[in-house]
Amino acid sequence: MWSYLGRRLLVSVVTVAGIVVVVFFIMRILPGDAAAVRAGPYASEEKLEQIREQFGLSDPVPTQFVNYVRDAVRGDLGTSIRTGGKVTEELLIRLPASLELAFYAVLLAVLAGVPVGIVAAARRDTWIDRAARVVAVLGSSMAFFWLGLMLTFLFFFRLGWFPGPVGRLAITTEPPETITGFFTVDAALAGNWALMWEAFTYLALPAVTVGFVLSAPIIKIVRSSMIETLDSEYVRTARALGVPHREVLFRDGFRNALIPVTTAIGIIFGYMLGGNIIVELIFAWPGVGRYAYEALRVNDLEALQGFVIVVGLLYIVLNVVIDFVYSWIDPRIKLGQRVVA
Amino acid sequence: MAAESMPGRSRRFVPPRIDGGAEALPLASRKPLAVVGMAILAVYILLAAVGPFFVADPVATDPVNALLPPSFDHPMGTDNFGRDVFARAVHSARLDLTLGIAIAMCAMVIGSAIGVVAGYWGGAVDETLMRFTDIVLAFPGFVLALILVAVLGNSTLNVGVAVTAAFVPYFIRLTRAQALSERELEYVDGAKLAGNRSARVAFIHVLPNSLQPSLVTATLVAGWAILTVSGLAFLGVGIKPPTAEWGVMVSEGARDIDAGHWWTSFFPGGMIVLAAMAFHFIGDEFGGREA
Repeated sequence: MWSYLGRRLLVSVVTVAGIVVVVFFIMRILPGDAAAVRAGPYASEEKLEQIREQFGLSDPVPTQFVNYVRDAVRGDLGTSIRTGGKVTEELLIRLPASLELAFYAVLLAVLAGVPVGIVAAARRDTWIDRAARVVAVLGSSMAFFWLGLMLTFLFFFRLGWFPGPVGRLAITTEPPETITGFFTVDAALAGNWALMWEAFTYLALPAVTVGFVLSAPIIKIVRSSMIETLDSEYVRTARALGVPHREVLFRDGFRNALIPVTTAIGIIFGYMLGGNIIVELIFAWPGVGRYAYEALRVNDLEALQGFVIVVGLLYIVLNVVIDFVYSWIDPRIKLGQRVVA
Repeated sequence: MAAESMPGRSRRFVPPRIDGGAEALPLASRKPLAVVGMAILAVYILLAAVGPFFVADPVATDPVNALLPPSFDHPMGTDNFGRDVFARAVHSARLDLTLGIAIAMCAMVIGSAIGVVAGYWGGAVDETLMRFTDIVLAFPGFVLALILVAVLGNSTLNVGVAVTAAFVPYFIRLTRAQALSERELEYVDGAKLAGNRSARVAFIHVLPNSLQPSLVTATLVAGWAILTVSGLAFLGVGIKPPTAEWGVMVSEGARDIDAGHWWTSFFPGGMIVLAAMAFHFIGDEFGGREA
């Protein structure tokens, strides 16, 4: 097991190193003068020169690369040329907002997707199954920006059930003391139930937007793996022995469907971390996606680089964790055998 | 079943079918969702091909008739410049569908060529290519396309190139996996023994036989490509106003929505989703997998 873990980590380190190299060199091709962004439109040539010197932009590219890698290994992803702050710090401040949104979106997707997938498999080729597949296709064909906009229009402007797209809390509300960075959890820990409720109401629309899109792959995966299980010989045997239908469905079927669902959660969570740029923009969500978007608009190289590296890193860590979750769900799986889902 | 019991046809000669002998039934009852998808797509292609000749000028402004709700004259209403939303949506269908299909085709051609090289030759070539593919796949596709457009500059062609690059790894993986099992089959040995060079065996014999999963996935990718292109345009990356493009239209329409003018963003966004759904219905029913 430990040798497996070691090999897995080594491959991960190589992949992360690859990400750093690829991102660094893609970024150097970006057109535009980063120093001009920092200095503003009316800066003198001397001022530009001074900024280039300060941010190391006048060094030759190989030197810049060596310096970047050296700092990145120490956890320092450079300085944002837009804000002047440390990229690592700025990302870490924004990460909990993105993670909280991602967490509730994935939770909604699982809570909705798993039962729908099970029912679709149990009532295969009936209208229920077809309806579930149409919902799944609708989810994977959904444009985040359009769904978010339409939900805001309907539930905020027309019905007034949920607050408008202004971020994690009303502008006048004091956020809870930071413990986990999740406002819902921090408010609960502080015993402030009204604040927790408010955090949930602000989370609702963005989480539903993302959750709906993410439920599509979960429905598809649960359905197909349930069908496979229900067609298996041990389920046939269980049925022949007179085990009640419901018990077969949930005990045999569902447990076996858990493994592909875990894989799916890993993939979509990673996708979420990067794909949330649009949703964070629409709902004014102060997360890493919006930070990356603002960095992109002004060619803030180091900030963008930092975002991509952090997202890649989280994705890889998540996949290693999921490998361990497999062996916990299914004792037959030994670490080192990759599950083909 | 029906084919097997036909007189004069030995059971042995019935070619294996993926759907287990149900081929006697018409497509509409075997794969109803695929037929729905094809019907929607046919309407879109018709709109894209001949629509622009019949509708109004997509960039002609008419401030007097700004923000009119949907009516007989303006089936999707008018936007805040008085432009006809339906005319813009129809012109956009040509641009978005062309981009979606072209991106899927290019990504498939490039990806499957690389995939067959990795799968057929194996060894260090395979290892290097797959490591690189893993690195690219560790980026969310949308972010990769976003960065590439930023690097290449805002133009329709560059959006096409960037989104293609983001989807190529899917096809590399699919074709490689298929080529790995194809190269063990007897016909490959036969082709080699007949004296073919290995490049010829790989591209003329193994590649066509490894394409099936990629062809189905290309349908799904065409849908995703439309979503990606319009998502980028929504962010103001790539295709810019005043071009008639669905994502651009939703982005412009988002400004009208707080005053209750829902139609400027509802209709173009709905066109995006419906187009992506049409491709997904087809891809799904023919066993497309999300790589």
